[in-house]
Amino acid sequence: MYVYDQHDQKIIDERVAQFRDQTTRFLAGEITDAEFLPLRLQNGLYLQRLAPMLRIAVPYGLMNSSQLRKLADISKTYDKGYVHISTRQNVQLNWPLLEEVPDILAELSTVQMHAIQTSGNCIRNTTTDQFAGVASDELEDPRPYCEIIRQWSTLHPEFAFLPRKFKIAVCGSTQDRAAIHYHDIGIELVADDDGEIGLKILVGGGLGRTPAIGSVICEWLDKKHLLTYLEAVLRVYNQHGRRDNKYKARIKILVRAMGIDAFREAVEQQWTALKDGASTLTEAEIIRARSFFRDPSYLALDSTLAMSDLEQDCTRDPIFANWIKRNTQDHRLPGYRIVTLSLKATGFAPGDITAEQLELLAELSDLYSFGEIRSTHQQNMVLGDVQVSALYALWQRLQAAGLATPNIGYLTDIICCPGGDYCSLANAKSLPIAEAIQTRFDDLDYVYDLGPLELNISGCMNACGHHHVGQIGILGVDKKGQEFYQICLGGNQAKDASIGKILGPSFKQKDVPEVIDRILSTYVTLRKEDENFLDTYRRVGIHPFKERAYAQAD
Amino acid sequence: MRRLIKHDSIVDDTWKPIDPDCSAPEHGQICSLEQWHNLADKDGSAVQLEPGQEPTPLFDALEKIDLLVINFPVFTDGRGFSYARDVREHGYQGELRASGHFIRDQLTYLQRCGFDAFQMADDSDLNAALTSLRDFTEHYQAAIDQPLPLFRRRL
Ligand code: SF4
Repeated sequence: MYVYDQHDQKIIDERVAQFRDQTTRFLAGEITDAEFLPLRLQNGLYLQRLAPMLRIAVPYGLMNSSQLRKLADISKTYDKGYVHISTRQNVQLNWPLLEEVPDILAELSTVQMHAIQTSGNCIRNTTTDQFAGVASDELEDPRPYCEIIRQWSTLHPEFAFLPRKFKIAVCGSTQDRAAIHYHDIGIELVADDDGEIGLKILVGGGLGRTPAIGSVICEWLDKKHLLTYLEAVLRVYNQHGRRDNKYKARIKILVRAMGIDAFREAVEQQWTALKDGASTLTEAEIIRARSFFRDPSYLALDSTLAMSDLEQDCTRDPIFANWIKRNTQDHRLPGYRIVTLSLKATGFAPGDITAEQLELLAELSDLYSFGEIRSTHQQNMVLGDVQVSALYALWQRLQAAGLATPNIGYLTDIICCPGGDYCSLANAKSLPIAEAIQTRFDDLDYVYDLGPLELNISGCMNACGHHHVGQIGILGVDKKGQEFYQICLGGNQAKDASIGKILGPSFKQKDVPEVIDRILSTYVTLRKEDENFLDTYRRVGIHPFKERAYAQAD
Repeated sequence: MRRLIKHDSIVDDTWKPIDPDCSAPEHGQICSLEQWHNLADKDGSAVQLEPGQEPTPLFDALEKIDLLVINFPVFTDGRGFSYARDVREHGYQGELRASGHFIRDQLTYLQRCGFDAFQMADDSDLNAALTSLRDFTEHYQAAIDQPLPLFRRRL
């Protein structure tokens, strides 16, 4: 992974000092609330319902074991001994004290971490495929480009007071696991007719109040133009994005208003001034960025032998076999597998992880996965490089720590924002809904029979729980001071992206599990052979689901 | 006389402030964009842009302008950051002044975007504000104050 040199370290250290000074001045009454707001947000600090919330950046979801240990440490010293993995692969502390935040940031800087631009109207943490570098369907590792974007966007002087937040995602594989269609800018590594890999750029995707799928602004861009092109897009947005209404301020609204062709033209015009300028990437810089993501010291493994051992373990222990089937996947190299650790055990808030679990993960990653861990936008954790022969030992440790719930990609692997229990923007609670659904569908055989299914929950229109792109999406709404839940169906964040359609009037909290049950049984009744939920939904449309969901109890 | 930060020190403002009602601003007075358009002689002129007034119409006359003021009615409206870079990248050499309700914690970003003078609505403690200009000594991006990105300078 990327390692800071003295320059990177200096920038982070100076940022800590700056924020310490800002916090001191705020506490002394020298900065008003309104002035402090963007300053603290650009350092990931929210003042929430019960306590502040600090969002720590995990650039493109990659961490090492000393960073995990530091997070565990911080959560014990400054918080309540657990952290939360957000849907942008970041880590959130729920209970820090404002006065102590500068100290937390100073601690983070010792392990090359920070909270820069994890909130606010600026360029946020760039995200990518959680399986980057190890996926078997990858054209090129996207992480070097994520790192190049991270550096460029960090404390960018021109784009710190944009009309609204700005999110970039990069993907380099056949399957899009980074949801690039739902980002302000989505970047895909693609080959041209001669096989040269360049960048396809999408613009104007996003969730929130007005969900939109990104439009292609450039089919193929030479990689060296990455930063100047991004700068041109951002400059058009910064100058022309709406600032009169925060719900209409995202770039998607501007792109829609101008039309993609006029928007492209405006970008090209800005770009002529910037193109081939000093920010044009050099070959040396691309090589340098790539050098941090070279293969670790993989062993040349006899995969046939390893697989036959694995099969034996599986035959001996069906619970292990099931976990292998549900929570691990093919690695691009023989003899290795990718392991996803589920943070979705029933009874625990989705995405929460305790200090002890973090410490265990640090140890296990050192033992089994070259000391690296990834966080996912589905709010789970990944060990990317586990030898097949080590899977059984690893599983036993995970099992004992409650990190081996075999539900990755299934109904109970719910994406869920913190909602009304923590978030001051919420219309409704989201965590109890997740728990009620997990409890109701505790029959794993039924869950597996439903096939891969994404159920996403957001506590308000801000859509941190990505409800529009869940095959089943649940949104908390406020009806005359009461918490209600709207359900939408048919969302999808893969390359054939689609936005979920609202089923109908919203439901009371206590009715949600029953309604979900009805939706699922409708699917089970209507599905053909190998159809998954989305296939069936796309074939039959929303009506059969609607009819069943709103039918009077029989 | 109002004071401002210019080139890292605190100086008196020698320009007369904008007067929107004046039909023919005299030399030495800051013009609104409209007044500036109507100036017969633009040599040595001063003009103030508001958010929403892109600098593009000035591009042909940049060498005649001695002072370009970019106003920030609210500090959260960041359009002026792009305006500043845009005029500098088009070769503007004169004084580029931020005015209005920006805050001292924005000074380093403003400076990086090409501003060299800062007239703050609240000028009660310009000395303290001066220290904020030095918040950062290293940067990743190319900008006006450091035309090379870090990746072209890393040793
Ligand atoms: S979706 Fe709404 S309730 Fe949930 S975390 Fe985001 S802002 Fe808060």
